[in-house]
Amino acid sequence: MQDRPTPAEVIGSVAAFLKTTVAAQTAGATSFQARVAANALEMMKRELDLAPAEDAAERERLKALLGMDGSLFDLNVELSRRIAAGEIETSSPGLIEHLWATTMAKLAVDQPTYASYRAELAKRGPKED
Amino acid sequence: MTASADSDLEAGLAAIASKIASGASGISDLRRMTAGATQEVWRFELVEGQARTPLILRRAPGGTRVSDTAVGLETEAELIRAADKVGAPVPLVRYVLEPDDGLGHGFIMGFVEGETLGGRIARGDAFAEVRPKLARQCGEILARIHTLDPGAFPRLRRSTPAELVAQHKATYQATGWPRPVFDLAFRWLDAHCPPDPKAMKLVHGDFRNGNLMIGPDDGVRAVLDWEIAHVGDSMEDLGWLCTACWRFGALDKPVGGFGEREDLWDGYESAGGAPVDRAHALFWEVFGSMRWGVMCASMIAAFRGADPSVERGVIARRSSENEIDLLRLIAS
Repeated sequence: MQDRPTPAEVIGSVAAFLKTTVAAQTAGATSFQARVAANALEMMKRELDLAPAEDAAERERLKALLGMDGSLFDLNVELSRRIAAGEIETSSPGLIEHLWATTMAKLAVDQPTYASYRAELAKRGPKED
Repeated sequence: MTASADSDLEAGLAAIASKIASGASGISDLRRMTAGATQEVWRFELVEGQARTPLILRRAPGGTRVSDTAVGLETEAELIRAADKVGAPVPLVRYVLEPDDGLGHGFIMGFVEGETLGGRIARGDAFAEVRPKLARQCGEILARIHTLDPGAFPRLRRSTPAELVAQHKATYQATGWPRPVFDLAFRWLDAHCPPDPKAMKLVHGDFRNGNLMIGPDDGVRAVLDWEIAHVGDSMEDLGWLCTACWRFGALDKPVGGFGEREDLWDGYESAGGAPVDRAHALFWEVFGSMRWGVMCASMIAAFRGADPSVERGVIARRSSENEIDLLRLIAS
């Protein structure tokens, strides 16, 4: 067992340092890059916080949708293949619900301030399932 | 802007000052602009007696290398000059670099004052009054651009809608990373793909909020960034301007985050553009999200290769913005 603080906590702390100290005390391209770096670390912190539960839920949905088991990557490859081949369609039970839940989980990590995500969050609530 | 300036470039520009304007004696205040990912953009002042004229240099990286997708800077200069002749607002091209100048490929154009930052144009108070006029202006300008003769630019890439969809599908598949939303959107694009255009038009290719120089009182002052112009379906330009990723947070204003589709279409048709079919326009809006999504997704190769910058890495993570926009368009 590794000790505390957790990776997510340390990453959050480094992000705050980049934003409040480095970006604030530099100018121009360096200041801009420091803010970009802080935002990237905050994204990784959200992934560490949110992805384990979301990935597990996505895998369960995929297993039910596809009627097979496998890694999250392999199940996504199979879903991609079936959609591209027309074997699963927009009208197929569960497909659209699954894609929305998966996409909302991705946006919660990648870009939680993106306007389209905020609009869908207001419409759908914070959790799809 | 950055403080860095290239002394070789400064000397080279000074040496050609009299070719830019016969009475010019030199240049001053050479500065690198931060914008321009595939090309270098510099600002400097041309010295003519007591007068100082601000000018812009667009130059291929390192003076010689041109990216695969760009049309080439000499062609870009020709396009801007041709656009000026048909009444589209563009910067005045002052000089195209010649091999003897020793400065690589590029051209020098007039500096146009105004704002290009999409967020300020879509949401800033300074642009509140001009915003409602912009969509119609954009329609009128696009109608003029689409009168350009594609035959005068034989080196531009020509693609039918079906070919463009196929190209982007191949780029997505080459990333080797499954995106079921993209697969569903490609099914939609295949099913809704317009027929080959009756007349192939010269398409700007990147006509969007962010590439337009906007004045707070008069609106569109210049159409910039002609580097991915091509020949194809003219409606592509109208759809790209409405694509969700270029609304800068102002989702309720589909045209660039500043206007209404009806105003864009009215402006386009009243200035002589072909009548706009709504289904046709929607196809290009969906294609726009797909196009930017595929571009973001393919950034992973550059991030793991030639450009491991943080900035490049986070753009690769913006694919999901387009996944949600695609779902909103085809599955909401």
